[in-house]
Parts: sequence; C-alpha cells; structure tokens
Amino acid sequence: MYDFTYQKPSSIADAVKLLAEPEAKALAGGQTFIPVLKQRLNKPSTLVDLAGLGLAGIKAEGDKITIGAMTTHGAIAASPEIKKAIPGLSMMAGWIGDTQVRHCGTMGGSLANNDPSACYPAAVLALNATIVTDKRRIGADEYFQGMFTTALATDELITSIEFALPVEKSAYEKFRNPASRYAMVGVFVAKSAAGVRVAVTGASQNGVFRHTEMEQALSGNWSPDAIAHIKTPPGGLNSDIHGSAEYRAHLITVMAKRAVAAAS
Amino acid sequence: MPQVTLTVNGKSHSVEVEGRTLLVELLREKLALTGTHVGCDTSQCGACVVHVDGRSIKSCTMLAMQANGAAVTTIEGLAQADGTLHPMQEMFREHHALQCGFCTPGMVMSAIDLVNMHPDGLTEHEIREGLEGNLCRCTGYHNIVKAIAAAWPLMHNKQAPAAAA
Amino acid sequence: MGFEGIGASVRRKEDGRFLAGRGNYVDDINRPGQLYAFIRRSDRPHARIGGIDTGRAASAPGVVAVFTGRDIEADGLGGLPCGWQIHNKDGSPMAEPPHPVIAVGKVRHVGDPVAVVIAETRQQAKDAAELLVIDYQDLPGIASVRDAVSPAAARVHDDVVGNVCYDWHIGDKAAVDAAFERAARVVRLDLTNNRLIPNAMEPRSAVGECDPSSGDYTLWTTSQNPHVIRLLMGAFVLHVPESKLRVVAPDVGGGFGSKIYHYAEEAIVTWAAGKLKRPVKWTAERFESFMSDAHGRDHESVAEMAITEQGTFLALRVSTLCNMGAYLSTFAPCVPTYLYATLLAGVYKTPAIYAEVKAVFTNTVPVDAYRGAGRPEATYLLERLVDVIAYDTGIDKVELRRRNFIPSDAFPYQTPVALQYDSGDYEATLRTALQAADWDSFEERRREAASRGKLRGIGISTYLEACGIAPSKVVGSLGARAGLYEVASIRVHPTGSVSVLTGAHSHGQGHETTFAQLVSEQLGVPISQVEVVHGDTAKIPFGMGTYGSRSLPVGGSAMVKAMDKIIAKGKKIAAHLMEAAVEDIEFKEGKFTVTGTDKSKALAEISLAAYVPHNYPIEELEPGLDETAFYDPKNFTFPGGCHICEVEIEADAGMARVVRFTAVDDIGRVINPMIVEGQVQGGVCQGVGQALMEHAVYDAQGQLLTGSYMDYTMPRAEDVPDIKVGSETTLCTHNPLGSKGCGEVGAIGSPPAVMNAVVDALKQYNVRHLDMPATPEKIWTIMRDGQPAMAAE
Repeated sequence: MYDFTYQKPSSIADAVKLLAEPEAKALAGGQTFIPVLKQRLNKPSTLVDLAGLGLAGIKAEGDKITIGAMTTHGAIAASPEIKKAIPGLSMMAGWIGDTQVRHCGTMGGSLANNDPSACYPAAVLALNATIVTDKRRIGADEYFQGMFTTALATDELITSIEFALPVEKSAYEKFRNPASRYAMVGVFVAKSAAGVRVAVTGASQNGVFRHTEMEQALSGNWSPDAIAHIKTPPGGLNSDIHGSAEYRAHLITVMAKRAVAAAS
Repeated sequence: MPQVTLTVNGKSHSVEVEGRTLLVELLREKLALTGTHVGCDTSQCGACVVHVDGRSIKSCTMLAMQANGAAVTTIEGLAQADGTLHPMQEMFREHHALQCGFCTPGMVMSAIDLVNMHPDGLTEHEIREGLEGNLCRCTGYHNIVKAIAAAWPLMHNKQAPAAAA
Repeated sequence: MGFEGIGASVRRKEDGRFLAGRGNYVDDINRPGQLYAFIRRSDRPHARIGGIDTGRAASAPGVVAVFTGRDIEADGLGGLPCGWQIHNKDGSPMAEPPHPVIAVGKVRHVGDPVAVVIAETRQQAKDAAELLVIDYQDLPGIASVRDAVSPAAARVHDDVVGNVCYDWHIGDKAAVDAAFERAARVVRLDLTNNRLIPNAMEPRSAVGECDPSSGDYTLWTTSQNPHVIRLLMGAFVLHVPESKLRVVAPDVGGGFGSKIYHYAEEAIVTWAAGKLKRPVKWTAERFESFMSDAHGRDHESVAEMAITEQGTFLALRVSTLCNMGAYLSTFAPCVPTYLYATLLAGVYKTPAIYAEVKAVFTNTVPVDAYRGAGRPEATYLLERLVDVIAYDTGIDKVELRRRNFIPSDAFPYQTPVALQYDSGDYEATLRTALQAADWDSFEERRREAASRGKLRGIGISTYLEACGIAPSKVVGSLGARAGLYEVASIRVHPTGSVSVLTGAHSHGQGHETTFAQLVSEQLGVPISQVEVVHGDTAKIPFGMGTYGSRSLPVGGSAMVKAMDKIIAKGKKIAAHLMEAAVEDIEFKEGKFTVTGTDKSKALAEISLAAYVPHNYPIEELEPGLDETAFYDPKNFTFPGGCHICEVEIEADAGMARVVRFTAVDDIGRVINPMIVEGQVQGGVCQGVGQALMEHAVYDAQGQLLTGSYMDYTMPRAEDVPDIKVGSETTLCTHNPLGSKGCGEVGAIGSPPAVMNAVVDALKQYNVRHLDMPATPEKIWTIMRDGQPAMAAE
C-alpha cells in the first residue's frame, strides 16, 4: 500500500474538515478498504479513521431501530433487539464475511462504499431505511445510485441508519461467490409499513436494485410459489467465471423463494 | 512517523510506524513475534488472526495505528509462563489438528474466539461455519473441528454437550 | 513410556513449537543487515521487452540495486535447469528452450520476472518497483493446449516448432489396434483434467547470504529438497561448488509438490547477496504465488476402451495433450509420461495399452507435479472411463470393476505399460470400503434426500498409484538427470541419545515423530531421546527430499539400513565387552545379550564404549557409533484402495456438496496411524477441491483470471464432511519396512469418486460425463437443459 497520513479525529466536525482535503479518505472498519489499499488500487493522502467519533451503537425506541454507522456486523448480528424486530437484518449481518471481518467491518462503511456485491444495500433498500448523515437524511431509494456510487458528497459522513418498525416479515438469502464469499446473488425480502419490498444485491452491474415484479406478486400472496414463475431478464446482470448472467438471473428467483420461505 | 502504543501479550510497547504499517507487520517485523503469519493479501486465509481487545481479527487487515491503545494477544501469548499450553493448543496437539503448522496460529486464535462466543454449546456445523475465515491446506479440517469440539468443555469448565461431542 | 514404536498413534513431537508460535519458517528468519527484494513481474502473457528504464526506481528512497535479466546474463549465470529429459516417438530429445532467471528479450507468461528491486525495506522495494518503466510490445498469447497445437498458433519459443515440447508414447500400438478391431464394443470418453494451483499456505520465501570472509553462500528457502536445490542452483545457475553453498529448508509450511522445484527467486537472492555483500530476503505475496508457483494438472485426453460383451477390458488407447506452461519446470516432463501413462493399467488386467502424450508450451505459468503428479490424472481418466463403460453397457459399476480386477494371486503383476506391481488385494479394499460406506443401503439415502429437495448420488473409485519412484538405474534410463535413492545417518551419541539425519524433508508430514518412532522401535530408545534432523545441507550427508510419498518407503528404508549397520557394529563391541562370540550376541529392545545367558549391555553402554574406547576392539573396529546408508529401492511401491463418495446437489441452485466420504487404502506398513489418517483426510480434501471447486482459469490469450483467493476457490471447513478412513494392508515386498507411502492417496483416489457421485446424482438427466470442477452453474445448466430420462425413482 502507498503511505498516507493517518488521522483519528474525535469529532464529526474535525472528521469532515479532514475529509474535505483532496485525496483524503475515510476509514471505517477497513475490511474492504484495507485490501483495496494493499492492492494499491487507491492512493489516499490522508486516511481519516472514524473510530473515535462515537458512532457505534444500537438504539431501539418504539417505532424505530437506529444503528450507528460504526456499529460492526458482529454487534448487529448479536443484538437481541434487532433479532426480535428485524430477523432478516440480524441473519444478514451474521453471514457477512467471516467472524474476524464481522468484528471490524461496519454497516456505515459498507453503505458508503456500496460495493455491488455487498449485503447491506439489499437490507437497507428492502426495509426502506433512512441514511442519516452529518448533513441530512436520505431515503434508501435515493441513496443507492449504481455500483460504488451513492448520494453522499465526498465530505459527507453517514452517522446512523434508521429502520422504521414494525417490520412484519424479513429474511435474506444469498448465494455466495464460492471463492471470495461475497454475494453473487443476495435477495432481501421484507414486508413493513413501506409495503412488500424485494431488493437484490450482487447480481446487477448497477448494484442493488428492487425487484418490482416480485414485490407485486408477493403483495398479493406471500409465498415462494407466488414468485416461482418470475424470471429476471439477464440483460444488465454480471457475468464472470463463477456465474453467467443467465445463472445469476436464475439464482435471483431461487434466493428470493428461499428468503420468502424463511420469512413465512 | 506516527507512534503506536499498545499492549501485546501483557507487555506494553511504544513503536514508530508508518501510517500504512499493518498490525501484522508491527508484530512480525518490529516486535519479532513471528508466530503470526501472512498467507494471503486479500483477507481470506486467516493465518494472521490475533485477538485485539479479546476479539479475533485479521491483523493483515488492520492498520497498526488502529490498534493504538489496544490489548493484543498473539499465539505466543496463550501458554502460561511455565509453558502449560492453553486448552485449545493442547486439543490441537491431542487431535492432530495441524500438519505444516503455518495456518495453525491463526486457526487457534480463531478457534478460541469461536468457543468464547458460544458459551451455551457449539455444534459441528457451527464450528465448520465459524472457520469460514481460516484456510488450511493440509488437514482437510476434520481434526481441527474435533479439536475445537474437545476444547469447548475445557474452556467453559463444562461437560461436553451432546451436540459438541 | 507407553508404547511408541511402529503402529502407535504417538502425538507429534513437532507440535509444541508450532502451537506456541515458535516455528521457524523462512520469512521468520532475519539476518543482520538484510535487504529486501521485490520482483517486478510481467502483467503480459507474451510480449517483447523493448527496453527497461530503471532510472527512477534506482534512485528511489532506500533502493540499493535494480537488476534485470541483462545483469544476470552479464554475470554469466545459467538458466533454470530441467531435471528430466523425455525422448520423442522418433527417439529425438524433447525441446528444451532456455529458462532465464529473469526474462531477457521476451516475457512468456503473466508472472515472468522482469526485474528485481533490492532496497532497505520491503515497502521501499515494492514502491520502487512500480517506478520501473517497461516498454512491452505485446505478442499473441496462447493459454490452452488445443490452441497451442493449432496450425495457426503463434510460437511461445521461436525455436520450438508447433509449440511441442515432446510427442511421446508407451505401449504396444499394434496389439491395441488389433484388439480394437476385434472388440465387441469400444467406449470413448473425452475429458479434461483441470488446472490447479497448489496453494501451500506458506508463500514461498528465500533469504540469501554470502559470508564476506569465506565467500560461502547460504540460502534459506521454502524447499522440499534442499540438496536438490543446492545441486541445481550451484552447478547450473550460479556455478558455485557444493562445498561453498549451504541450503537450509527450515520449517516449511506445506509443499504439495510446489516447493520441489528450483525457482528463480532462490538464485536471485543468493546471487544478489554475493554481489551486494548483504543478505537479501524475498517473500512472495500471495498474488505472486498464483502467478509464479508451478501449477498442476491441465490435461486434455481422449480415452477409449475396447471391451467384450461382458465388459471385459481388452485394450486401452489414450491420447493426451498436456500443458507445460511457458518454460520447463524442474520435473515437469516426467509427470505426464512416467508418472501418468505408466499408471494407466490401474487395478485392471487390461492386456494391451497404448498411450501417446503430447506436451506443449503455452503462455502460462510452468506446470509441474502437484500432490499425486500424473497419478491423479491417470486415475481420474480410468475411473471415469470405467463408470462411463458401466453407463453405456448397463453393467453394474462395482461388478464391472470386479470382473476386471487384477486378482490377488497374480502378484508380482507385469502391466503392459512398464510397471511391475509387487502386491495388492483390490477385492479386499473394495469389500471393506463398500461395507464401511453402507453401499447397499444407498438408495434409501437417495430417497430421503429427494424428500429434502436434494439430488443424492454415490460414486466409487478403485485406484492404484506408484510411489517412491526408483530404482535410480531405471529412472536414469527413462530420462531422469538424478538418482532417486535416499540417505540416512544414525548417530548414536556417547550417552545413548540418537540423532537421525535424513535427506527427506518434513513440511507437514510429521517426520520428527514418525522417524523417531521407527528408530525407537529398532533401537529400543524412547522417542524423547531421538532427534530427527532434516533440511540442512550442512548437517545432512545428502538427500533427494520429500515428494511422491517417498519419505517412509525410501527414506525410512535408508534408516533401517543405517540402523542395521549400527546394530552390527554394536554386536561386535558387545561381544568384546562380554567376552562372547559375535554370533552369540542378539539385539532386542535396546539391549545386546549373550544368547542363552543373562549377560547384557544396553545400547548406551555400547555407545559409551564406542566413544570412550578404553576397553574396545580397537584393532578391528574404529571408535564411534555413527552410520550412514544410501538406499536405492528395487522398484516403485504401489499403494491402492477404494474411495466412495456421496454428494447432494441442491435441485434449485445446482450446488453440489460432499456429504459422506469413505477411504479404504492399502499403504503397506503404517508407523503412526494418526498421522496417516491426517494425510488421507488432507489429500481427500484437495481431491474434493479439484472435483468441485478449484480451477486455475486463463483467458484465451493467457491472462490469469483466478489470481487470488477472490477468484480461486479453496476448500473450506464447511465444504468437506468427516472423512472416514480405513485400511486393508498388503505389505510392500521389496523394502525392509513393507511400507508403500500415504501422502498422495487421498488426492489420487478421491476426484473420480466425487465426480462419479455427481454424475450418479444427476442420473435422471441422462448425464454421461461432465468435466471438473463440477461448479453449481455447470450442474444447473445440465438440469436446465437435460431432459429427465425417467421419473425420479
């Protein structure tokens, strides 16, 4: 990795100031970003470690659960509140990477990066969560703007993610890339105040997307059978040595059915 | 150059590093703790797993500076001062859970965290899933799974539950 | 002490240091004043090097030197040598193009070294290597064997016509052709043996040093055979005599074949240490391992069996194209010939066999022996072919195997492809395996799985392999440029402890324990008093190293011979001390006894007398108790057995998973059953990896698409089930231990068992064959496109 200046600010204001400098980059859990740096695919001048901002923690209050941006996957998976209120999110968090990655990797980091094969984007989109930044609140539908692209400004920091309750049903199923174990296809299904939403990650060249045909089918009939016939067009889906676009299209239905069954 | 201050195996250190210095580089190259290994560049193999503040992490995917102020335990810090092995080390030996020994330090550190995280019991399936982040090319894993199942009751001072037996 | 001799599952002596984090691997070694090398490698499969601008790199912070292939050439270094010469069908020698240490003029595969930067720190060397400006002019690249032999193919080496390294054959073509003429039926199968990357968990590493006062060189390297590296590097590359070169292979973190070979980096650090007068270290990053460790397998074959109506094998015809990569790795040429085609009889009494093998150059990493080396390729071909014969003829696959087995009373058995098997009982391993695997109740398990939405299948493989490749005279006549004996010294110290100096090398096999048990059994010394010394040319007389499951059958046999000498000498000393005739002395359980009396002397008393020869037959005997033996085997050994696998396939996503695995092997005499079981389990895991997930993929031009663990699938803990290991033993008849070797049986027997199970699981789709690895998408495609032949049973 190229050398850089390491900074660990203790206030959001300081962090934002540091991030405003050209070539400054934020470091959350680092589980995706440090490997990227090691491959010399990114050359920041300053790395701003967000661990000192007090952004970790889970708060359950009446009609919502608020997850601090620096909360680790491990903490989310272990939270009894989340397990009870949004079992699909708990399931997802406990299945990202491996134990060691889950001890470090954070929800905010994953969402800010918006890797097309990351898991959280599917949960956030399906649950219609709100991304809270130091500057504003962003709805999930506006937040994701294609692979590695989000509504965030370069000096804008996610501080927390809000999930509205109650969530009636939720589940996540993924088909892992056999080598990297990232999601080759991940499908999050949810039924909440926002209606039935189905979000697919890993599959598309444009990152996470909502599967409206499945949403409609499930709105009338929450059962795997209701979506068994739905075929996703392979155009625009990823294709690589692990799976063609056709195979990924097939897996979307398979994973969606499994998720619906798990949430029934 | 930035300075990192941390405790490693109970001993406190203050070392100059580069911003980009990884925790594993600090351990191996600055502190001569070569029991922690590097087996890949992409955070998959787990040969570098150590404990930071009691939790297993991949020391090749953490900057030394991120461990500032932390308590780090490496494979060298597990045995007692008189050389008595940690129950997990002992069970690895008893069940022939290592061959070339290269993945072993990371495997043992992950295994200890896995057992710690499951105070109520640990099934074979949970053990196999819990080793997601550690690759071994020699053993075929089965003896590692057996060793961890055998270490569980020793670490929790309990009889082995049926599931872990 | 409890029983710790032959047959005891003694816990390993070496584990203490590994478990405490006190192993001593090459990258753990740091020498005073050490520099670090980083190798800039080609990112092009094939290109002309127009020029290399080293200026900015050379002046970067911390940089001490930058060397290119021209510098190596200017110093008169040789290229990397090949240790085996194959001859073509017409008797002419194979093509053997130069293999420069650092590329000169052209790069021929992604990963080919282009320059080395040596600096004060690892990071500085790497930083500076990026500043090298290399002017590449791309040339057309070739990755697959089929493309390599196409008439339009570009040449990997200008002087190698058609990219053919050799075109070799074995067997009686006329007899095979005649048998095919009269056969009732011919069954043909085209198959691929997928290319693999060995992936020992320890990346390769090398530290070179040159003592400024003596000019002596030391190389610490991740090697399975330090003496071989000393010979090859000293004699052919650096032109340094053995007496001035020490090679140390300390703890080595797995090899699987990939650390047998002499690699460029070993020569680079040793040479540079001499030039710069400072130690130089290089350690591979994993991405370098993917593009510079020798790969394995990569065959395309056509196999045809001529059979009678009853399924009796009449003749086998095989034609194989195999990939050598861009250059010849140390032992590459022998793998698809004498380690592959000679195994094509397998466990069957096929009377006539003819095989032709064409080895070709491509713009890929060199390919050489990987766990099993040639034998997994032969076994996969045969055991898939037998299943396909069963499929085509409707004969039960177990019955078909039985009909064609070499019977247990037929040994020694001469095959039509050169080998003579000394012992075996294939019916016994089959019977035991069928029982251990609950073969007869499988259909119940298939039905139960179907109720869970899983397609379950069962597969069998009855295999044979050859270990301890020898004798030297024979391998020499086949093209080996080395002998294949092994060396052991047994040094009984004055107070009775024992050092065992072995030319074998342990990189996970547990030699420090197994060999100590062997010595304990023979000399009656507790294993705590036995120290096994290996991996250092300065300590060990000589050695050929560890590969091909040879350490016990060959290295262990050398120890037995050396111990025989110790005992013979001890008897003479004992006879003198106890005033008896030598013929009246017997040695048992560590004691020399005068037959029929209670007079005896312990080994330690004899050794003390040998080193303090006050009362000693000094006229007839030299003092000391230290003996060396070279053991050159009379033949290969032939382990074999039966592997049975059950898989379940997700009917929706196509993912196959091994759910049961039974391995019953005949590996001859076992010293430590616990260690053997571990070897088999590990080997089977690699075989499962090859069958279901591992695949080194290149694009058509030679870009490596699986260059890291992000894309190359390694088996993980949840990918393998408990592997049930059993044995049925016949002893090797020609070595003193009766041992056959166990290191590779798992990787050899398992891939066809897994694939036969996958095909069986898909039987309702009328599948005859699919190539490894059986990835989810491949299986899904079959399920999507296949017409169910019949309703599920």
